[in-house]
Amino acid sequence: MKEVKLMKGNEVLAEAAIRCGADAYFGYPITPQSEVMETLMEKKPWETTGMVVLQAESELASINMVYGGACCGKKVLTSSSSPGISLMCEGLTYLAGSELPCVIINVSRGGPGLGTIQPSQGDYFQATKGGGHGDYRLIVLAPNSVQEMHDFVFDAFDLAFKYRNPVMVLSDGVIGQMMEKVVLAEQRPRWTEQEIIEKCGDWALTGKTPDRKHNIITSLELDPYAFEKFNQKLVEKYNKVRENEVRYEEFMCDDADYVIVAFGSSARIGMKTMEMAREEGIKVGLLRPITLFPFPEKPIAALAERVKGFLSVELNTGQMVEDIKLAVNGKTPVEFFGRAGGAVFSPEEVYDALKEKLIK
Amino acid sequence: MKEELIIAGFGGQGVLSTGKILAYSGIMQDYEVCWLPSYGPEMRGGTANVTVIISDKPISSPVIQKFDTAIILNQQSMDKFESQVKPGGVLIYDTNGITRHPERKDIKIYTIDATAEAARRGNARIFNTLILGGYLKVKPIVDLENVFMGLKKSLPERAWKSLPDNEAAIRAGMEIIKEK
Repeated sequence: MKEVKLMKGNEVLAEAAIRCGADAYFGYPITPQSEVMETLMEKKPWETTGMVVLQAESELASINMVYGGACCGKKVLTSSSSPGISLMCEGLTYLAGSELPCVIINVSRGGPGLGTIQPSQGDYFQATKGGGHGDYRLIVLAPNSVQEMHDFVFDAFDLAFKYRNPVMVLSDGVIGQMMEKVVLAEQRPRWTEQEIIEKCGDWALTGKTPDRKHNIITSLELDPYAFEKFNQKLVEKYNKVRENEVRYEEFMCDDADYVIVAFGSSARIGMKTMEMAREEGIKVGLLRPITLFPFPEKPIAALAERVKGFLSVELNTGQMVEDIKLAVNGKTPVEFFGRAGGAVFSPEEVYDALKEKLIK
Repeated sequence: MKEELIIAGFGGQGVLSTGKILAYSGIMQDYEVCWLPSYGPEMRGGTANVTVIISDKPISSPVIQKFDTAIILNQQSMDKFESQVKPGGVLIYDTNGITRHPERKDIKIYTIDATAEAARRGNARIFNTLILGGYLKVKPIVDLENVFMGLKKSLPERAWKSLPDNEAAIRAGMEIIKEK
């Protein structure tokens, strides 16, 4: 039987990075995710798996080190929190524009600006709609438990290499700081140079051999028509992601009159609201998007045909609610409840909002 | 079984580690557990608190506003959390440094003079395990043998020499807690 441990979300991110066979972590400390690098430094994976852990001089340096590692087909990641992710946004668009697989973890906090160090989901737009410039998408996974902080690092790398695209794990201060039970996976070996050539040799900088052409990693193209074609290729890739990778969970939606839509820590809080409402005989369900891009539009559209309304519950001033409205397309009311800047709502507050805005 | 608990006091009183021992104890008894600390600037010199949830079913919200039990270790925390105990719930506090005592009539109130007892035993470091013992007397949600295992699990190996003192303190805490 596997050992059950009690660990913080941030510590588990570090454990998962080592155990999934990552080649390198580059980062710069920031609350509320500093335990990620602290744990990595404590574990010293360079002595066991050979994984590099490096504290860069800034977030800009970290993300460009990620770019360098990813160019070579290595499994590389970084983590930060909101203001740090903003600093990395140039790197993110270059990574997406060069189609480089990598994992970026955001344990987000209150913004805008330097903001607060308390939990927030104010980076939903940044994660799902860009952050950097140009037509690109990150694949975005939103864990809502310490176990998922572990599992999604593995999933994120799988998706990153499957689509040659940066993948973001969008968490927040609640999930990063809390401790829960977790079962850690067995150590996976890092890819050998030969395995990297087999998996990534058609694009990665693995060293040119006489039997193949140069691999070139760049996001620059001087011919607009050629670059339009490249943009179109990205669109096709993102559409494939939309078709194949949507993940979500539904709870008690079968007979629900009202559905709460929430991700990450908000989904945990909303779940308790749902339990409270059910105890009073009000038929409330909950839909939790696990992938924020691709967004679970279809299940929400299907529910819109029969429920009396949706409540988007977010730790921000209203971001994901726009995607819900697009999916619902006017078929039923979509309301929003949120708190921002690092303030966190209680299940009771969400219940009051549900009654005030929808049940009436 | 479900226990929603807050432990609140000054940073340095062992608030977070008491919660961690309890959470590990819950795991030893095969319960679901969740431990959520306050991690804001209040940690530096002000108040520190931790929410611990122990349940035989999956835990939904780690963020809660109403508690089955509040363990209060300073005046600021008393002012903040007395009103957040559920009706019929439990409030445990150390009278040391408390100037305004709890006044609610719809909850059970217990006092534990852990600061004084730790001083009497000449070991300030057992303060939080005395408190933990008192709590377990009032709410015996985890078997003592699992608490001792949880205690060991939550400590690094270099601190295992303190296990006998802490186990004794848990037992002593059970003796010195008083209903108000």
